Parts: sequence; structure tokens; C-alpha cells
Amino acid sequence: MIDASDAQGQAPGISEHAHADRRTYLIGLFYATILTLASFWVSSTDLIYAPGIPVLLAVLAIAQMGVHLVFFLHISSAPDQTNNFLALAFGIFVVGLVVFGSMIIMANLNHAMMPMNQLMQMQR
Amino acid sequence: MLGKLTWAAIPFDQPIVMGASGVVGLAIAAILGFVTVKGWWPYLWREWITSVDHKRIGVMYFLLGLVMLVRGFSDAIMMRTQLALAAGGAQGYLPPEHYDQIFSAHGTIMIFFVAMPFVIGLMNFVVPLQLGVRDVAFPVLNNVSFWLTAAGVLLVNLSLFVGEFARTGWLAYPPLSELAYSPGVGVDYYLWSLQISGLGTLLSGINLTTTILKLRAPGMGYMRMPVFCWTALASNLLVVAAFPVMTATFAMLLLDRYCGFHFFTNDAGGNPMMYINLIWIWGHPEVYILILPAFGMFSEVVATFSGKPLFGYRSMVMATMVICMLSFVVWLHHFFTMGAGANVNGFFGIMTMIIAVPTGVKVFNWLFTLYGGRIRFSVPIHWTLGFMVTFVIGGMTGVLMAIPPADFVLHNSLFLIAHFHNTAIGGVVFGAMAGYTYWFPKAFGFKLDERLGKAVFWCWFIGFYLAFMPLYALGLMGATRRMQHYSDPHWQPLMLVAFSGAILILLGIGLTVVQLVVSIRTRERRRDLTGDPWNGRTLEWSMPSPPPAWNFALLPPVETTDAYWAIKQQGHDSAQLTAGPYVPVHVPRSNPTGFFLSFLAVVLGFALIWHIWWMAIAGLFGSLAVGLVQAWRTDAETVISAEEVAAFYGKQAPEEIAA
Repeated sequence: MIDASDAQGQAPGISEHAHADRRTYLIGLFYATILTLASFWVSSTDLIYAPGIPVLLAVLAIAQMGVHLVFFLHISSAPDQTNNFLALAFGIFVVGLVVFGSMIIMANLNHAMMPMNQLMQMQR
Repeated sequence: MLGKLTWAAIPFDQPIVMGASGVVGLAIAAILGFVTVKGWWPYLWREWITSVDHKRIGVMYFLLGLVMLVRGFSDAIMMRTQLALAAGGAQGYLPPEHYDQIFSAHGTIMIFFVAMPFVIGLMNFVVPLQLGVRDVAFPVLNNVSFWLTAAGVLLVNLSLFVGEFARTGWLAYPPLSELAYSPGVGVDYYLWSLQISGLGTLLSGINLTTTILKLRAPGMGYMRMPVFCWTALASNLLVVAAFPVMTATFAMLLLDRYCGFHFFTNDAGGNPMMYINLIWIWGHPEVYILILPAFGMFSEVVATFSGKPLFGYRSMVMATMVICMLSFVVWLHHFFTMGAGANVNGFFGIMTMIIAVPTGVKVFNWLFTLYGGRIRFSVPIHWTLGFMVTFVIGGMTGVLMAIPPADFVLHNSLFLIAHFHNTAIGGVVFGAMAGYTYWFPKAFGFKLDERLGKAVFWCWFIGFYLAFMPLYALGLMGATRRMQHYSDPHWQPLMLVAFSGAILILLGIGLTVVQLVVSIRTRERRRDLTGDPWNGRTLEWSMPSPPPAWNFALLPPVETTDAYWAIKQQGHDSAQLTAGPYVPVHVPRSNPTGFFLSFLAVVLGFALIWHIWWMAIAGLFGSLAVGLVQAWRTDAETVISAEEVAAFYGKQAPEEIAA
């Protein structure tokens, strides 16, 4: 028989290694600030080929998420992080499905059908 | 001062609504009065309303589901009565605008406030016991989840009396649900009650996922977890992944309705199809959120009542997780007809057929578990066998409709209605009833009446076939869903058969109540002193019934699947498992946060529905304040001393436990 305290594992996201020193947070803050400023700059500049701006913003946003996950939420591929890593993988899988699935479906729909407002006009 | 709320909101001119509200009001007043006269409030408040014990919360969830089953079923029988009457030139007794509210409320209530509470309640009650732990990961959050669901229930029921409910169908498709076409408060009632209860469901999903991943008895690796825990894990992963999509979609529709946005409108670049796409990204996983735990319950029941280990444990786990993943790539089959091309329709059609494969694996596993077993034909196994027959038929018609050309013929017909009731009743309701009968003795310490239980089963089983098989035929004959009357009198005989089936199901629901009352009155005879009335295989049967607040005085060692069965095979019994030496147990204190938070959520929701802005602000800041008070609480835990624990087990003499 084993006492309760041994069995009840730690809450997710809290491990002994999580007491990261202040430097990690400062580096994270630095990256996050840079990425934020960069996206403001990208959206207002005319130095960049205009249709590329949304793509660049998306890239910066994804990088921002990565910085948050690594520096603030301490997600890594370490053995004691299996659950968190799997959860992240599952999350990315689902978000990917939602975003790209919707894009494919709606593009296909728009290709096959006339725009909604014209369709509604016809039904009148 | 009161926004859109005036006396005109109360439908004095509709005798059916006023009668129903009157009866419900009287019933509530009678119950409240009875509780007050008996002086049960302090007990109820301390032991149930503010309880953070997962077992109590599970029971309250289930009870909520049962009460709402009555509400949802009264909508159903009104619809069946209407369609039995409204043939040819007849218009029946329900005008279209009332009929539209009834089918919308029926769908919404049955999915969100019947099926979900049943499934979440059973998971809440059983999962920690099966895992061999003392509570869920976040006990207070669990209470908050329950009360948020109850808040949603209250708002939906309020719509009966104050204002109206949505007339848009259970998923409130735009553009019909947009302000231009639904200017009333019906859609707002729908949206806010589901936003509030959806938050509760999400929190409950996070809670149970964390519990299963992080809290398990020593030695219980993933491949030693009972199959019900696996299905609960899959189901809650789906909750965590899918419910935010629902919340976000509803939030966008709310912005359209309240702030003049154009996400889903016809004009200004909005696209209603995007709503349909997004809501089914939530909606299809939701189907599996409900059915996977039911699969788990049947797995437990089949193994226990065949006296054999479950056939193909590993394939069962694999099938569960494959369904969990695949359930995210089939959503388009709900709207094959919306105009996507052949590639897209073909892909989702094939994925839908593929998801039937792991489900088939499960059916064969149950069959092989039964094969060669010494089956005890008790009530839970009745539900299980009824499920296997019924669900296979429902699955077959589902695969049939997965073929896009066939779906173009059957879309929005009564054939579809028959199909999803075939899976929802044959799967989820039968599963909930099996689980209810199976775990009732664990929760209350006495068994439910067997004969009445079998009568309930046969009422539901035969009633289901009478009620829904005619709908398949009617669907093929061209009858559509959501129709308030029909001109072809040849449909009427089949509609009358369907009505008779609904009457039989009504009898089944009535007998469920009778069974409960009879069993409670004769509980002394039915007392189960062993804690293991069914000769069970998993850890929940290793403790006295009802279990103590701390579940396990000592966490049980787990060396294999079917942990308790293995312990019994080694010649141990539950008395030895609880023999001590005892240690003090930390248990969380009762906490009123959930109750107050949800009360304020109701205030907030009601205020937003009726545009009473000052009240909305009060509700919002009130709930924030309750959250802050909770954040500063320091007395979250209390200790039950080793002597108290010992006294609990000492109460029952060892030979009595062994008997």
C-alpha cells in the first residue's frame, strides 16, 4: 500500500525544472517585444510587396506563439514533458484541421457557387 | 430601465405555454416549500449544493439530466401529437411559430442538457473511482462546471415563460438566426444559455482530462486503465478541442446580432456557410463526445456480466483513440448539399465510411466478450444487447448517408431524423440507462428494482422501434424534418405508429420514476453491504457503497487491467484492502463559489438577452468579485483524521463486508 502523496502526480506544467531563472523570462520578453514591434512595422510600411504582408503577419504571429510556448509556458521535448508535448501536438493538429479544412472547404464552395448576396437576390 | 422586457414578453394569450409554466411553477414551489418545511436547506447547502465531492457532483449532473429529459420529452411528444393530427387539410393544434420553437428547444435540450449531463455525470462519478484516486484534479472547478451547466438550463427554461425560444432549429443557422430574420429574443436565449453551459462543459473537460492524465493509482499505467477511463479521456480531449470552436462561433454570431458585425450575414462580405462549417467542426466531435463514454460503459457492463475480461482490450483502446482523431475529419458530411464540389464531398464521404471501421471493431469485441461467457441477464446487459442491435442499424443508415449522392436525396428528410435518433437513443440513452443501473448501487448502497428496470428497458426498446422505424419509411417517401403539417394523408398511418412509439417511451420514462421511488421505499431490503453487488472487475467495486468522501483510505496497488478482479483472484477481499494502517486524509472543503458564480451568470445572461445593460454590468462585476474572493481563499482543505477514517471502516464488521 502506498500513501496518497506519492501517487498524486504534479499538476501539468509544473515540474522541478520550471523554476527557470529570470533570464529566460527576460529573453522571452525581448523576443516577444521584437516580434510585436515587427508586426506593427510590417503592417504600416510600404517597403514590402503588399500582398505579402498578410503572409508575413501570419508568420510573425506563429513565431510569437512559439516564443510564448517555449519561454513562458516552458514546453520542451524533455522526457518529463511528454503530456504537455502531446497536448501541444494534438492542439496543433486540431487547429490545423480547423483552419486549413475551412479554407479548402470555403474555397471549393466559392469556386462552385456564386457569391452569397447574388444567390439571395435570385431567390427573391 | 428594463431594456426590451415588458409585460408583453409573457405569453398570456397562449394557453399551452401558460398551462405548462403554471404546472412547472407550482411543482417548483411545492418542492421548495417541502424542503423548507422539512428543514433540509442546511443539509442540502452543505452536503450537495456547495459540495466539491466528485461523486455528489456526478449524481447532481445525472439528476439534472433526468429532469431535463422530462422537459425535452414533452417537446417530443407534442411534436408527435401534432404530426399525428396535422394530415391533409388539418393544421393540428400547434401554430407554426410555436412548433418551430418546440423542435428547436427539443434538439437543444436533448443534446446539451440531457445527453451531456448524463455522460458528464457518469464520468464524474466513475472515473476517479476507477482510477483509484480521491477526487478529480480540480474539485472546486468541478462544482463550478456543474452550476454553470445548471445556469444554462435555467435560462433555457426561463424562455418558456418570459419571451420565446429560438425558431431556428437546434444549431441556429444564419441567416435565419441573424437579427434581420430573428429579431426576437429567442436566438439570444439560445446563444447565451449555450455560451454559459458550454463554458461549464469546457471546464469539466479540462478537469477530467487532467485527472486521467495526471492522477492515477500507483501502478496504473495507461494500458491498465479501465476502458471506460480511456473513452472518458478521448471524450474529454474532444471537449477541450471542440468546445472552444463552438464558443467562438457563437461569439461571432453574437457580435453580428449585438454589434452589427457581418460575419455570417448575407451582405457586407458575410458568409452564412462559414457558420455552418464552423459549427459542425464542433458538432461532429460532439457526437463522439456523447457516444464514446457510452461505448465505455457498455464495455464495462459486457465484461462484468459475462464474467470474462473484455475481449481485445488493446484493440478497444486503439479503436477509441482512432475514433477520437477521425471524428475531427468528417464534419462536412452534415452539409454535403451546401454546394461544395465532388472532391471535397468525396473526401468527407470516404472519411465518414472509414470511421465506421473502428466502431465495427468495438461491436465485434463486445460480441466476442459475450461469446462463451456465462451471461447474467440483469438490467444493464439488457440495455447493452438492445444497444448493440439498435446502434448497428443506426450506424448502417449513417454509412448509407455518407455517400454524397444518397445524402442529396435524404438530406433534411425524416430519414435523417430516424438515423440520428437511432444512434442517439440506441447509443447514448441506452448507455446512460445501463450506466445508471450499473453504478446506482455504488452511489447509494442499494440496487434498483430489477423487474421495473426490465419493464423500462422493454418500453424504451419497443417504443424506439415503433417511433422511429416509420420515420425511415416516411423519409424515403419524401417527408421533411421540421414540418408542421403535411398534405399527403397516406403518411398519417405511419405518423400514428410513430406516435404510439412515443407513448410507449413516455411509459418507459414514467416507469423510471416509479422504479426510483419503489427502490428507495424498499431500500432496506435491497441494501448491498458488500460494495460489490455485480461481482465487478474494476476498482470502484473494491470500496463500501456508498463510498466515503475520501474514496480510498489507502491507494490500491494496481498490477494489471481489471485491477479489482486480480485482487479478488489472489484471494484478497475488500476488507483487507481497507484494513489500515490509516493515515489522515486531506479533502477539499465545500465551496459556494460555483453556486454564486452561476447565479450571477444567469443574471448576466438574462440581462444581455433583454438588453438590460446596468444589470449586465452588475452581473459581470459580481462574478468577477466572486472569482476574486475564491482566489484569496486560504482554507481550501480540511483534514479527516486517521481515527475518523478507521471509525468509518470499523462501523462495518469485517465479516459483513466480506459477505
